[in-house]
Amino acid sequence: MQEKSPPKTPLRSPKVGLFVTCLVDLFRPSIGFAAVKLLQDAGCTVEAPASQICCGQPAYNSGDRRDAKAVARGIVDAFEGFDYVVAPSGSCAGMIREHYPQLFAGDAAYEARARNLAERTHELVSFLVDVLHVKNVQARYDGTVTYHDSCSGLRELGVKHQPRALLNGVAGLTLKELPGAEICCGFGGTFCVKYPEISNRMVSDKIADAAKTGAGTLLAGDLGCLLNMAGKATRAGVDLECRHVAEVLAGMTQDLPPIGQAKK
Amino acid sequence: MSFAEAPTSRNFKQNASAALRNETLQRAMGYLGFTQKRAEAVARLPEFEALRDQARDIKDHTLKHLDFYLEAYEAKVMESGGHMHWCRTPEEARRTILDLCRSVGARSVTRGKTMIGEEIALNPFLERNGIEPVETDLGEYIIQLRGEPPSHIIAPAIHVTKEQVADTFLEKHAAYGKTRLLTEPREMLEEARGILRGKFLKADAGITGANFLVAETGSSIIVTNEGNGDLTQLLPKMHIVLATPEKLVPTLEDASTILRLLARSATGQEFSVYTTVSTGPRRRADPDGPAQYHVVILDNGRISMLGTEFQDMLRCIRCSACLNHCPVYNAVGGHAYGWVYPGPMGSVLTPGLIGVDQAGALPNASTFCGKCESVCPMKIPLPKMMRHWREREYEAKLSPAIARWGLAAWAFAARRPRLYRALTRPAMAVLGRLGKRRGNFANLPLAGGWTEFRDMPAPEGKTFHQLWAERSR
Repeated sequence: MQEKSPPKTPLRSPKVGLFVTCLVDLFRPSIGFAAVKLLQDAGCTVEAPASQICCGQPAYNSGDRRDAKAVARGIVDAFEGFDYVVAPSGSCAGMIREHYPQLFAGDAAYEARARNLAERTHELVSFLVDVLHVKNVQARYDGTVTYHDSCSGLRELGVKHQPRALLNGVAGLTLKELPGAEICCGFGGTFCVKYPEISNRMVSDKIADAAKTGAGTLLAGDLGCLLNMAGKATRAGVDLECRHVAEVLAGMTQDLPPIGQAKK
Repeated sequence: MSFAEAPTSRNFKQNASAALRNETLQRAMGYLGFTQKRAEAVARLPEFEALRDQARDIKDHTLKHLDFYLEAYEAKVMESGGHMHWCRTPEEARRTILDLCRSVGARSVTRGKTMIGEEIALNPFLERNGIEPVETDLGEYIIQLRGEPPSHIIAPAIHVTKEQVADTFLEKHAAYGKTRLLTEPREMLEEARGILRGKFLKADAGITGANFLVAETGSSIIVTNEGNGDLTQLLPKMHIVLATPEKLVPTLEDASTILRLLARSATGQEFSVYTTVSTGPRRRADPDGPAQYHVVILDNGRISMLGTEFQDMLRCIRCSACLNHCPVYNAVGGHAYGWVYPGPMGSVLTPGLIGVDQAGALPNASTFCGKCESVCPMKIPLPKMMRHWREREYEAKLSPAIARWGLAAWAFAARRPRLYRALTRPAMAVLGRLGKRRGNFANLPLAGGWTEFRDMPAPEGKTFHQLWAERSR
């Protein structure tokens, strides 16, 4: 099988496989289209292979390695042949980059391919900034936003300055730092339903911290965390719009209501 | 009360629930303050990251050659006039310590802070055998009076409010003629200090733990902030060190490398107030010291962790950085974990020591946010090992059947794109339509764990792949 290594120098028009992620596919396809726009604007050719489903993290983190591998094989197969694979999620990109090599260790058929995929895989915003060297996006967002650093992106992939760098270039947008931005929001995949009360405490603290900043919008780079935070904000009656950072960077917020809110 | 005698780790979920509703506990936990101080201490030490690598390498090397270093250590202890006692089980360790205490006719023993003492439920055992154990660390002393186990490794009474301490002292110190309700921490400290002074002078044996055992010299090292450890080990006739094999480091130099990380990671201090190195009993020229020096080494399952995916856990130096930074620990406190070691390090170590069947809930109680690993001075991959425990639990079919079936059904669909899309598209279409007006659901069948506390945001309706296919047509 033909293996592609990540290009050493940026390609003029790299072929990017978009890993939509299962949550974006089901709940908020607009994030996927925002990613497509950002990647195309940066000169990429984007495809979203139809056979992709999920990175396998729910099984992996539940201790079910066999099913995790079975699901993950589908991703390795689906993203053969792309220069890069990009996901609008630090968690799913982190799963592929940091965990696939371990998950497939000793698997004769998949180990090398999984390693190769891991090398080519990136979280969306860090890909734009670190690999494509995007300095500015053409977007406008009138309002003050605050940003939550989702754990996997932050600690597994070092996503921290990249979203801030691009957000600071969005016309009309003021970024106000969130105290405790690096503290987990309490989502944690199945954790939030296995331990709902603890999760509730964590997300309540997060929403309170976000509200205290005075920002009207809370952004993050992972839809899992955003569903959790948005669901808590509406339940608690806190006036806070939750959005994926890609929606703002792609200038796609006009016709798209915030997560968990109805169209006005 | 002792967790070692009656673990409640199985009930973590219920324990956590009660802790979240316990207003006194929540007030006591409040703001720990350690995390900020640690961050400042780390920022002041440019080589902190390099030290973490060195410390990890020192322990990895020691664990790889543990048999060699244990023998070297034993030889040095004996050379300096000390005695070694090897114990496999808590039972053996308790019995050994009791025999040692009886050999000097001990009526009371002072105790420096040891987690191993908690692990073997030493205090209740000594009491049952007619020996009064006296905890001399202020926090440990407070919870001993209250009959509670510690809820934090270095701040054992973190769950107790100032007012509760005052009440406890008023009740328990009446026997010493103290009958005034105190309001200021300083006064409480002075009262406890006065009472402990008498206990120190009366004690026939002193039992401490060890932060390090040094193979090169046969020394044990303890760190304290109160100086209680020194009085515990210097004043009585007999000093008993209760430790576990993984406390070993090859040299004093190695110990000092790791000591540079320990206090900074724990409290943000550059060094603990007292760092005390003990080597053997009192020598002829020494001004003070115990006549007998004994080291009790307890294994209790640690050796069997060597060579497994849990070996890295044996690098732990009990600094508590992982507890201090853990959002779950901060929400529920240490007692919810139901055994001796709380927080992320406990979630990895406890299943290793009392079994994953007893403690499987602990490694599940993590979002894998990774904060613990990022602050661990010994670079222990805590989330990875919690995942390994989940694997052991899953393989042994200890996780709830409904969760396993759900997972299996999901995994079956998630590797069959056509089936998966055939199932999810109509579901999302229906949810999208039903949720359009509100934008979210306050209730959803089968999603009670979610909607009990938060709304479920409604999906947009069509899936990405549906729209993508329509677009490319």
